[in-house]
Amino acid sequence: MSVGLLNYWAVIFLMMTGFYIVMSSRNLIKKMVGLSLFQTSVFILYITLGKVSDGTAPILAAASTAYSNPLPHVLILTAIVVGVATTALGMALIIRIQESYGTIEEDDIQSLDREH
Amino acid sequence: MFAEHLPILQIVVPLISAPICVLLRRQWSWGFALIVNWICFGMSAMLLQRVLEVGTIVYHLGSWEPPWGIEYRVDAVNAFVIFLVALIASVVLLYAPHSISAELPGHRANLFYTAYLLCLTGLMGMAITGDAFNLFVFLEISSLSSYALIALGRDRRALTASYNYLIMGTVGATFYVIGVGLLYMMTGTLNMVDLAVRLQPVLMTSTVLAAFAFLTVGISLKIALFPLHLWLPNAYTYAPSVVTAFLAATATKVAIYTFLRFFYGIFGAEFAFDVLHLDRFLVPLGLAGAVIASLVAVYQKNIKRMLAYSSVAQVGYMMVGVGLVSVTGLTATLVHLFNHAVMKGALFLAMGCIVLRVGACELEDMRGIAKRMPVTMAAFVAGGLSLIGVPLTVGFVSKWYLVQGAIERGWWPVAVIVLLASLIGLAYIWRVVEVAYFHEPVGKTALAIEAPLSMLIPTWMLIGATFYFGMSSTFTVGIARRGAEALMAGLLP
Repeated sequence: MSVGLLNYWAVIFLMMTGFYIVMSSRNLIKKMVGLSLFQTSVFILYITLGKVSDGTAPILAAASTAYSNPLPHVLILTAIVVGVATTALGMALIIRIQESYGTIEEDDIQSLDREH
Repeated sequence: MFAEHLPILQIVVPLISAPICVLLRRQWSWGFALIVNWICFGMSAMLLQRVLEVGTIVYHLGSWEPPWGIEYRVDAVNAFVIFLVALIASVVLLYAPHSISAELPGHRANLFYTAYLLCLTGLMGMAITGDAFNLFVFLEISSLSSYALIALGRDRRALTASYNYLIMGTVGATFYVIGVGLLYMMTGTLNMVDLAVRLQPVLMTSTVLAAFAFLTVGISLKIALFPLHLWLPNAYTYAPSVVTAFLAATATKVAIYTFLRFFYGIFGAEFAFDVLHLDRFLVPLGLAGAVIASLVAVYQKNIKRMLAYSSVAQVGYMMVGVGLVSVTGLTATLVHLFNHAVMKGALFLAMGCIVLRVGACELEDMRGIAKRMPVTMAAFVAGGLSLIGVPLTVGFVSKWYLVQGAIERGWWPVAVIVLLASLIGLAYIWRVVEVAYFHEPVGKTALAIEAPLSMLIPTWMLIGATFYFGMSSTFTVGIARRGAEALMAGLLP
């Protein structure tokens, strides 16, 4: 059904939004926001492609015979951990940048570096 | 028993040692990391020897049969890459303590060695695994630890360099995951050999083509293929010397291995190069990188940055070899993987000695340095000669095969451009030699003394390797040729 395709459109929309924010923002925090959005869209992509029509959650039950594919779910659990670690490290770097430059705007950082 | 589990021990030993290293006292952490590293190196040498004797080794994690379980698959190509990574890591770590205590603020040496071990684990894991998603996990282990290592640089610009690398690296890794996801969508498998088989009937579908595009760009970002190299110069310039030497010698090399594994192994050379003509994109970009990055290197005032641009140029040569799609071309790439790691590692280690004694690596600080630090500068010159490709050094061996590969395909202009780009190498190395040897030392440089032996010996070990493997190239070229033949044959059974 077209509901399935709707998910993919949502993925593309989120992916492009995130990617655009990463590329266009000059504020380091906003870049991280974009990056997280970009990564999250991939999670939805994986979850969506694991869906089996009429399948239920992959828990063995007498009433159901078709199950969704659990492997992408497991992969995405790993990818979420990676995403959290990346965000945490990025934020830690931003804190250090703020401490040593006094700003998190890329333009200001660049002009400070040029004076240096 | 031990030999049977060698592939997994290769990864698990450094992985488990990393958290142990956090708990150790600061003064013990280096010794501990060093022992672990040399054990890894010993294991990688055994693994390489076994692969050369018996052929491909397959290891099933937890005895789960592939394609359900994760499989480690070691053939001549990745055994060579693992050996290279472990070798460089061990030599660089031997060099580390003096440089680290001088360059790293605070007293967190044990955390540094923890991140170093994690980075080593990630790089070796990327090389050894036969599972596409497992490769992503190792890619992120190595990337996250290298962002942390780069951010440790003394200069505050290390922080922004690390941040930019984090953004670019994560975009690259995410592209990779999207590509793998799309392949999984079409095949339902993540095992590389199984992927190669199941992709055959669906190769021309738009999903697989999209996956192909995402993987090309994603992996090229990690390789720092021109023009996706923008993260590299700053990261290498501002990272601590030890980190620069380690990453410059290993990180991009493992990414190139990944590229080979995907496009020669999984997609197959026929589809990637005959149908989709990936070579039409790789060879021009590789050549452009070799020429432009070399020219940019000539104008750098900071020597570490100059060497970083030279790394981009060298990656260009390797990708030209990939794009030649022949056994000779791939031999050139694989042998240059090793050769460039050895010589660039040595050059960055020599720069680390200078940073230790002079406190900077700007060209103007190096006036007359050869009079104060003759042994270090001799190492720099020797490494530089190899970078240019002078006979008797490893640089010559790789260029020889690359030019031969280009001529075999009848691509004369490619051979000519490769040689011209090498001449530009002469220009940027000569600038340093001129300043270091033909000027009188002034200021801080006048007070500099020769670097300690603990740093000179590892540097000269790598320089020794550049000459040894330059004069007797049977070992490296032999393995590279076997690897190239395996790659050309592809993963299909």
